[in-house]
Formats: sequence, C-alpha cells, structure tokens
Amino acid sequence: MSDDFQTLIDRLPGLADGVLVTLQMTLGGAVLAMLVAVVLGFGSRTQTLWVRGPSRVVVEFFRGTSLVVQLFWVFYVLPQFGFKMEALAVAILALGLNYGAYASEVVRGSIASVPQGQWEAATALNMTWFHKVRRVIFPQAWALMIPMLANLLIQLLKGSALAYYITLQDVNFWTVELRRATADTIFSYTAGLLVYFVIAYLLTWGMNLLEERAKRRLGRGTRPSLRETLGLKPKAMYAPKVPEARGAI
Amino acid sequence: MTTASGDVPAIEFKDVVKRFGDNVVLDGLNFSVPQGQRITLIGPSGSGKTTILRLLMTLEELSGGLILIDGDPYTHEYRGDKWVSIPEKRRRVVRNRVGMVFQQFNLFPNMSVLENIIESPVHVLGKSKDEAVADAERLLDKVGMTEKRDFNTNQLSGGQQQRVAIARALAMDPEILLLDEVTSALDPEIVADVLGVLKEIADTTDITMLLVTHEMQFAREVSDRVLMFDKGQIVEEADPETMFTNPRHERTQEFLKAVLG
Repeated sequence: MSDDFQTLIDRLPGLADGVLVTLQMTLGGAVLAMLVAVVLGFGSRTQTLWVRGPSRVVVEFFRGTSLVVQLFWVFYVLPQFGFKMEALAVAILALGLNYGAYASEVVRGSIASVPQGQWEAATALNMTWFHKVRRVIFPQAWALMIPMLANLLIQLLKGSALAYYITLQDVNFWTVELRRATADTIFSYTAGLLVYFVIAYLLTWGMNLLEERAKRRLGRGTRPSLRETLGLKPKAMYAPKVPEARGAI
Repeated sequence: MTTASGDVPAIEFKDVVKRFGDNVVLDGLNFSVPQGQRITLIGPSGSGKTTILRLLMTLEELSGGLILIDGDPYTHEYRGDKWVSIPEKRRRVVRNRVGMVFQQFNLFPNMSVLENIIESPVHVLGKSKDEAVADAERLLDKVGMTEKRDFNTNQLSGGQQQRVAIARALAMDPEILLLDEVTSALDPEIVADVLGVLKEIADTTDITMLLVTHEMQFAREVSDRVLMFDKGQIVEEADPETMFTNPRHERTQEFLKAVLG
C-alpha cells in the first residue's frame, strides 16, 4: 500500500496535466454548451417556423444520440470527409453540443417562467427584442436556471472522462496509468473517484456562488454565510432584507 | 410623417377587428381621441376595453383595420388595397409616443427603483445618464417615492410599486398614457393614494389618457369623456356627468347599477 502512495506521489505531475485537460474540456465544453443552449433555447421559442424547426431538430438529435458515439463520429468519421480536428477540440465540440442540447431545454423553460408581464412592460418601454432579453428577461431567467445548469455542468465533467477513448490524457487516463503502474485496481480507481469528486465539489461551489449573486441581484438574497457558501445545497430563498409593512406608504 | 396638430386626433381606430381564434372581441370598431383628452372606458369584463389598450401598446396584433397615432399608421397600413403589417422598426418610432401602466405593475425585479425608471430613457431614447437620473428624481418626487430611490422593487408595497411604474412610464415622456385597471390589484386603502398621483398628473400635464377602470368616482373626476363598451361595441358615449347620473342606454344603466350598487 505504501508503494501505491509512493507511486501516486511520483505521478502527481501527471495528475496535474490530467486535471488540466479535464478542466479544459469541462470549461470549454461548458462555454460552448451555454452558447448552444442560449441560441437553441431561444430558437425553440420563436414563432418563426424556419428558426424553431431546425432548433428542435438539433436539440432532439444531440439529446437522442450517445455521447460516446458522437465523440467517435467526430473523431474518426469526420476526418474521412476531410475535417480533422485535434482531440481536445473534438471533445469540447461533442461535449458542448451534447450538453448544450440538454441545457437549451433548461434555458427555454427558465425563459418561459419569466412572467409575460415582464415582456409586456419592456415592450411598453419600447425596448428592442435584444434589449428586453439582455437587460430584463435573461437576468431573471438566469437565477432560475443556475441550479439546473450546475447539475449539467457536473454531468459534463463526468462525461468528459469518455474523452480518454479518443486519446486525451485526462484524469481518467491518469487513473488507468496509475493502475498499470501499481497493479492495484482498488487503489487506483478510488484515487480517480476522489479526484473527480474534488473537481465536482469545486464546480458546485462556484455555481452556488453564481446562484447567490444572481438571487441577490433580484433582491431575493442576502450575502450568504461562509458555511452556506461552502455547503453543497444553497438555500432555496432568503427572506427579504426589509420586512415589508404592507399598506405603509 | 405628420406632426401632432390640433386637428389630428391623438388616437384613431378605423374599422378595428380583433379576434382570438374564433372569438371576435372587436368587430369593426371606430373611435377617435382628440389630443390631450382623457377618456375612460367602462363596461363589463370581456367587452374589449383592455384589448383596446393592449392593441395600442402593440401587445396584441390587429386582425383587421387600422390604428392611427397622430394620423400616422402604427401597426398596419393599406398599400393600395392590401392590408399589410408595418415592420417593428417603424412601429418603434410611433410606439415612443405611447406609454402604459399595468394592473400588475410589472416592475423589473432585477433592477432598483431608479434603474427601472432610467433604463429606457438611457437605452431607448439615448438620454445621458445624468439627465435621465435628474428626470427620474423629479418624477420620483412627483409620485412621492424619493426615499425609495435605491430600493429593490420587491421591498415595496403594491401601491409603492404602482407609483414607481407610473414614474417609469412618464420618464419616457409619452404623448399618450394607457392605464389598464391600475388600482385593481391594490389594497383599498392605497387606491386613493395612487389615484391622487394620477389626478395630479392629469391636472399638470396635457398627456392624452385612456383609462380602463372600475373607479367610477375617479373616472368622473379626471375624464373628459366616458365610453361604455359592450361586446366590443361602443353602446354609449357621453361626458362623465351625463354618463354617471343620466345614462340613456339600457345596457349602461344596468352596468352602472351593478358596479355602483
């Protein structure tokens, strides 16, 4: 066992490289996914059929096909048509499109949850569509979508482990190499689990911070205590800052 | 583009049709509102009053006919014999002259009171921030909300929210103000405060106003003319004194009896 730890310590630089690759895929994939989600989420809402139709098709296609197959397809099939990309770019593309399709449903649902009256008030103030979305609707929908996006981000992180199969040297790769070096399956895979867990925990923590900030902007939060911030589960809603005496003018 | 002059009505409805599916709400409605007049629309629910305001704010699409603002086509026009929709870009030019206050206030919860008011003056009208803030402060003073300037909107009571909403609409300097049952969602003891604010605005500006309200006393005080609607048609039209004391039409008598008790 102490040999195992010695091997692990020797391989820490490799772990750092692996974590870096995993983070690149996760964050790159998340950024692309968010772009895809916003475009498809709004696309699925429009009245215009030639926007809504393709949006729905893309969403259903990427939700309805396996991530591994998508990865393999982009990595092995596309080059046969002359499109060759680096493995990291392939992983980011596949993860971004796949999770973006899921996230687009989150975006669509959250946008739909913003009361119709908000759109109407913005029209009455003669805002353009883009202005309404950017300054009024999205900031409100954002607070609603963060918890669900946080879930998807964690799934994206875990999904990125599949990139090992298209030659990327991520945390999963490091785990497999560790097993090869130690010949101790329990030890290596447990180490792998812990590394993913720590990354997932940090991402959750970051998303909780974002959620608190978004809620505070809506006047629904107070600055959370350190314990609440570090806790895995954010409070659903905070009491208003000032207890309101209704009827007091 | 025509400029506002005494002769051109602020608002003109020409053969306006509005259908929701098979339900015909307005069927060839004609009426006009002279510049600066205050018109109250009364009538049972479903009579099309609110639809008229929503059409004027482009929250609903016309099914037929025309709406003219200061003589300018707004959402649709005739090109030859063809009835065509006017694109959003042109609608926005005319929409700048129209403002609306809603029953449910609809303040933006992601902005403070002040930010709610200056958002469109800065980003739509292109005012400088300093100018917009100065205007907003003047309006907040007018509606008695100066102290709440930097509050979140959900820290305000309903009456306070509505007063901010009124200031927000006025900050766009509208020629026409649409008031859609603005006191219906308020506690009874607050209604008088909000109506007081509106009364002052009516007394100190020459904004054309179109009100849908169940506050008959208020309608009597501020309006120049009252239109009684039933089933999408104007059944009676009179000055408030006549309308409320001596209505001629049987439908109006029934309605007023029901609401005034």
